[in-house]
Amino acid sequence: MNNKPVQAAIEGWFTLDTDTPHLIGACCEKCGTYYFPKTLSFCKNPACDSTTFNEVELSRQGKIWSYTNACYKPPEPFVADEPFVPYAIAAVELEKEQMIILGQVVKGVDVDQMKVGKTATLVLETLHEDDDAIKVTWKWQPIAQGESA
Amino acid sequence: MSQDIAVLGVGMHPWGKWGRNFSEYGVYAAREALKDAGIPWQDVQFVSGAATMRCGYPGYVAGATIAQALGWQGAQVNTSYAACASGSQALAAARAKILAGECEVALVVGADTTPKGFLAPAKGFRPEDPDWLRFYLGITNPTYFALYARRRMDLYGDTEEDFGLVKIKNSENGFTNPNARYKKKFTMEEILNSAMVADPLRLLQICATSDGGAAMIVSSMEYAKRIGKANAVKVAAVSTVTPTFASAVVEMPDIATDSAAAAGVEAHSFRAALPKKAYEQAGIGPEDVSLAEVYDLSSALELDWYEDLMLCPRGEAAQMVREGATKLGGRLPVNTSGGLACFGEAVPAQAIAQVCELTWQLRGQAGERQIANAKVGITANQGLFGHGSSVILKK
Ligand SMILES: [Zn+2]
Repeated sequence: MNNKPVQAAIEGWFTLDTDTPHLIGACCEKCGTYYFPKTLSFCKNPACDSTTFNEVELSRQGKIWSYTNACYKPPEPFVADEPFVPYAIAAVELEKEQMIILGQVVKGVDVDQMKVGKTATLVLETLHEDDDAIKVTWKWQPIAQGESA
Repeated sequence: MSQDIAVLGVGMHPWGKWGRNFSEYGVYAAREALKDAGIPWQDVQFVSGAATMRCGYPGYVAGATIAQALGWQGAQVNTSYAACASGSQALAAARAKILAGECEVALVVGADTTPKGFLAPAKGFRPEDPDWLRFYLGITNPTYFALYARRRMDLYGDTEEDFGLVKIKNSENGFTNPNARYKKKFTMEEILNSAMVADPLRLLQICATSDGGAAMIVSSMEYAKRIGKANAVKVAAVSTVTPTFASAVVEMPDIATDSAAAAGVEAHSFRAALPKKAYEQAGIGPEDVSLAEVYDLSSALELDWYEDLMLCPRGEAAQMVREGATKLGGRLPVNTSGGLACFGEAVPAQAIAQVCELTWQLRGQAGERQIANAKVGITANQGLFGHGSSVILKK
């Protein structure tokens, strides 16, 4: 059994709630543009000069915009398992936020189980471990038709 | 007033992997272009270089580095950096100076030497840098190309074989190109049996990085007339627009697109915006195009460009390649040079190399790659951080 503490691979980017994690984004107070990662400086909408933002939790569910996998070990700073295990990647479109967010797909799911337009839900899973902690990140979990989140 | 400038000369150093100083390739290409133009180096009044980020300080000031290597002769000098569009940006600078009457004849040059192995980001824990962040999360360059390719398959019914047809076509085109690095005609079997890198893209469908150099001598139409080259091929447009908020497509190196949730904001395709501006500038439409050189970072991406250049309706590009429309001898040849598939990317030289190929085709000097009746050619490329370009050449 692994007794290392669980930590966010990138602090402040998502809630560490194991059951219903959310990405932490920002929303412009003036025009309603969302940001991930969160921006709290200047709004990037060219028609908006706002500098005030609210921190918000982004939708946990969206539709797969596209997907692929990584068959070769990426270079550093990626920390790979030895031996390297290929993983899938999905770009998921959030309806309310009208933005697409990339992420790895949960272990054990490959490209043949995905399709453009299919629903995916945000979950947390290990990205890598170091000597002191298990570093988790957000990943997308495709959901089969009829299955609940 | 005409916004055209003349292409008096073009030249390239062949693409390869030798690891020599980048300025050697640049000087070689520049001398070839000067020879082709038939003018002495001393007559060049403006040197417009495209920078390389991988060769230290001399690379950041590539215009001056190459001018010095050719022999300082007092020309005005400039260096542009715009990722994959650096060469076009250097051409845009020369064009602006010529059209403003500040110089009559300019050298545009770009060259690169690429390091061995993976291009990895700088070390440290730096999540605020999107290029660092995506590698940490396991998202590499092929990821993005594969996402675009897979979307084509799911939305339009494109197949791995369609992407293979693009590779076969380009490998046939590059086979007789003396400047191409890879000269091998691939079969569908070889392509579909090469290692999967990022599903659905295999090793033989993703471009490599190369050493290489390309150069052009451009001038005012007045100067071209004076030296008896009034019939030179002309640059009719150089588009280097930025994207328009909000981005419709997740672009390297970002982990997310812009949000289009605000009122009055729509999602825009950056790739499609690049040629649109070029067509506007040139007063030429897609129906006038005889050939195109596009950035095939992957075989599938070439198909996206057909649609972004409006050579066919959205979703129908695979049909063009299946019919052989974009082959040599087809109704609209694309990447007659062999494209990145046969060259590998030499970043600051690549956009210039695309224009070199169009020049040879429009002049009827493309040898075994020559297409019939070439009158108008268009280039397109896209790089990191909102840089991209599209150039139109006409007879
Ligand atoms: Zn705003």
